[in-house]
Amino acid sequence: MITMLMSVELILNSVNINFIAFNKYLFADKLDGIFFTIFIIVIAAAEAAVAIAIIINLYRSHNSIDVDETNEMKY
Amino acid sequence: MSFTLIIFYILSAAILGCGLLAVTSAKIFRAAVYLLFSLIGIAGLFFLLENDFIAAVQIVVYVGGIVVLIIFSIFLTHRSGEQMPMPSKKRERIGFIAALAGFALAHGLIYNETFIPTHQPKIEQSVANIGSQMLDTNHFGFVLPFEVVSMLLLAAMIGAIVIAMKVKPKE
Repeated sequence: MITMLMSVELILNSVNINFIAFNKYLFADKLDGIFFTIFIIVIAAAEAAVAIAIIINLYRSHNSIDVDETNEMKY
Repeated sequence: MSFTLIIFYILSAAILGCGLLAVTSAKIFRAAVYLLFSLIGIAGLFFLLENDFIAAVQIVVYVGGIVVLIIFSIFLTHRSGEQMPMPSKKRERIGFIAALAGFALAHGLIYNETFIPTHQPKIEQSVANIGSQMLDTNHFGFVLPFEVVSMLLLAAMIGAIVIAMKVKPKE
């Protein structure tokens, strides 16, 4: 489960690079790319915090964090 | 073959290599450390693009916050020395085909497009300009997303505490 979180962080970072590069080379008179990058970083941090809380809670009830073993809806 | 190009190729090789090792490694602690190197490489790329503010924010938030959080959660929930179960061969093949399809889509979009840079005067990407535009209510200001994102952070903080809270059994 934690590797899924790490992969999502890599995806969001790739989008950040894209925004900054386009802002520098194509739209040098605006700052919009930087703002989008800042918001993406903020949202990724909030999502990582909530994902870690869910993982810790899952570990308490199932004693493992493998995604294939979490296949029941029982609390 | 300017020096900037050489540095860019070295940084890209580091980012891609560490990213690939992070998602295919067998031990989870090594995957977290490879992710750390990949994010530092991305911060170096931001420094190369002359954007010091975003590079500093990347190091502070991603490397110093999120990767540390991931390592904490690995220590809390794993015996980090043992191997993780690797995905089956069918899953690996489907993942590889999906990654290749994504790469082909991006390459096809970028290769056939003529990019025209704008001729307006350059604005300096300094912290003063970023700050004054973000809190501006008139000229393309970003104060509304700023407030909404702060509410999101509050909700995420409260949600994380509520989810991970240990409920004491009633005596």
